[in-house]
Amino acid sequence: MLALIPLLPFTGFLVNATLGRRLTKGVSGAVACLAMILAFGVSVVASMQLVGHDPAARVIDQSLYTWIAAGSFHADLAFRLDPLSMLMILVVTGIGSLIHIYSTAYMHDESDSEFARYFSYLNLFASFMLMLVLGSNLLVMFIGWEGVGLCSYLLIGFWFKKQSANDAGKKAFVVNRVGDFAFILGLALTFWTFGTVDFREIAIKVAPLATETAVFGTLSIITLLFFIGATGKSAQIPLYVWLPDAMEGPTPVSALIHAATMVTAGVYMIGRNAELFSHAPQTLEIVAIIGAATALMAGTIGLVQNDIKRVLAYSTVSQLGYMFLAMGVGAFAGGIFHLYTHAFFKALMFLGSGAVIHALHGEQDIRKMGGLKKEIPLTYWTFLIGAIAIAGVPPLAGFFSKDEILYRTFATDHKILWAIGMLTALLTAVYMFRLVFLTFHGERAVAGHDAHGHGAHGHGGGHGHDDHGHGGGHLHDAPPAMAAALLILAVGSVVAGAVGIPHVLGGTNRIEAFLEPSFHPALAGAASHGPATAGEPAAHTGLPAEAVGEHGAEVGGDESTEMKLMGASVLIALLGIGIAAYFFLINRALADGIASTFSAVYRTLLNKYWIDELYDATIVQPLKWLSDHVLWKVVDVWIIDGIVNGVGVFTRGSAALLRMLQTGSVRTYAASLVLGVVLILGYYLMQ
Amino acid sequence: MTITLTHYLILSAILFSIGTAGVFLRRNLITVLLSIEIMLNAVNLTFVAAGRHFGQVDGQVIVFFVMTVAAAEAAVGLALVISLFRHKESLSPDVFTSLKW
Repeated sequence: MLALIPLLPFTGFLVNATLGRRLTKGVSGAVACLAMILAFGVSVVASMQLVGHDPAARVIDQSLYTWIAAGSFHADLAFRLDPLSMLMILVVTGIGSLIHIYSTAYMHDESDSEFARYFSYLNLFASFMLMLVLGSNLLVMFIGWEGVGLCSYLLIGFWFKKQSANDAGKKAFVVNRVGDFAFILGLALTFWTFGTVDFREIAIKVAPLATETAVFGTLSIITLLFFIGATGKSAQIPLYVWLPDAMEGPTPVSALIHAATMVTAGVYMIGRNAELFSHAPQTLEIVAIIGAATALMAGTIGLVQNDIKRVLAYSTVSQLGYMFLAMGVGAFAGGIFHLYTHAFFKALMFLGSGAVIHALHGEQDIRKMGGLKKEIPLTYWTFLIGAIAIAGVPPLAGFFSKDEILYRTFATDHKILWAIGMLTALLTAVYMFRLVFLTFHGERAVAGHDAHGHGAHGHGGGHGHDDHGHGGGHLHDAPPAMAAALLILAVGSVVAGAVGIPHVLGGTNRIEAFLEPSFHPALAGAASHGPATAGEPAAHTGLPAEAVGEHGAEVGGDESTEMKLMGASVLIALLGIGIAAYFFLINRALADGIASTFSAVYRTLLNKYWIDELYDATIVQPLKWLSDHVLWKVVDVWIIDGIVNGVGVFTRGSAALLRMLQTGSVRTYAASLVLGVVLILGYYLMQ
Repeated sequence: MTITLTHYLILSAILFSIGTAGVFLRRNLITVLLSIEIMLNAVNLTFVAAGRHFGQVDGQVIVFFVMTVAAAEAAVGLALVISLFRHKESLSPDVFTSLKW
């Protein structure tokens, strides 16, 4: 049954890819949505089945066939459903379905064949993503890993007539390749070390090994390589640069791939190999530092960007940083929890921004927006819910997951990282509400029909049904399919946190106890241990403390600290919203004043710390120079062409000599004949 | 002095050499054809002499074949010479080198 889950979207892909040209938009959209909804249905059924199992034995395996069996190497095309992958498939198929439905309205202005192409890519993406999360070994995961990268490339460059979209797609692909290379090395090293690529077998083999506290040994190298792979896919420093550019793709794609699912693959992968990472504390330290640094850096950049989607993109990078921070301090469940809540509110915000762009016929610059609150109320309210959720105001989803991460960071004695996390939380609230206030509040900076011209540039905003009323600046709110997706996600953003209410607030943090066996599959077999006692508070302290054991922190112990920290993060969130309200709602001139006073800082942030320029100067230009002056003008021209031309020149030269023999004079031929006869006869006579 | 096989062979070798020299040195195609005839007859002499020496008739039989071929060759050769002459108004073999590189 598990195989059905990736197979259903794949069928949708096949239908739309082969017959798409001949299908109307209604049919191809319906096929794609139906495939996703069915996959969601199957996922729900499979999840019910899984939850029905005893907590310690919550694993469903399905091996389709032996893919590779060569000597000691053995890999099946096999799927495994456990609590971690269950959460992921529900997120991917659930949010994926909503985004498919949303897309039917958003992409409605494309031609039939383009529409089908879009949905075939989207279905293919879902299929690979499900394969990634369901794969029971590194190789199956790697297929999905590469597959989603491919679909990401195809969808970023969906409007291939736009040069910037093409460039962004290529950038994403090339940057990801750097990370993927490290991933392959890690995969090979894993097999070299453990002789298997199956996640559970690896965990079982790792469990008894000593934790590499003092030395930077094999485990540390494997995990570091994996983490480099994750920085590519999940857009962390130093490979995050592709994600903001990926906003060239259609907005639902940004929501699905570049916010909710694909970019979290790196986080998922660390969670999947939690046992391995737990044994490499030095790598974890690097993960935590990189995560915190990325969160802060992207947060500061997001503060000044003017493109609605880019603000959200930097916000995504920043939130992914949070997830890696959680992974790095050993709070695997916290990271996955944040992944799960983030999928809701970030997808919601992207879809909301899509609705704004749709209403404004392709306008993406928030400076030209404003006052949209009355025009498109549904979009406004759902977007606001998303913003509150991400800012971390209780009791919305973002609060619980973010607080869990910050608390764990604090509790494991990462005080500096915790401070960075708090600062980022403040920044998150500020830039999100800056976005809300600039977009929806105040006065409209540019009239509707001025912005209309942008629709023609292929932003996906060019309307078929706007032949009435746009002259008066009247805007359409989200059409039904988009509205439905927005509403459902808004509800999700409110309630999704409920599965992880911490103990201090009277909850049981069920998600943590639920996920824990996935992080330590080696222990899951021992039914008496840890996760089986999900209902008791002890489960909270048992395994996570072991995961971060070297820090010596008693996680979850001091409840008053937790309460204080929680209060602090709520205050921070409200403070951030207040700051944003003051600068962008009440006293907007002051914001501009500060920007011009600290213009150096402002420009640095606006230009994203010149990281793109730095990469261009240090990597792209030297590579170009090398290609141009060495690879092309020396290697290609002299060596490759030299060999090819050399063969020709040699043939011609030797032929020029040989054809001298062909004199055409009969007597010369006869002479050589006689000479030959004489020589041969002479030779035999001499014997 | 009895005439032995060796004498015949030496004579035919001399004849063959004269024929060969004629093919290479003469500048007239008809003389070249005649020289070829001399070479053929040198070979015929060898056959006959050898046949007699070994007391077998095979040598003489082969000579008949050679003579037949030689007659055909002379006919074709002379026809070629005539047609070549029509092309170049010359009988020198060095003129006919159009089949070169």
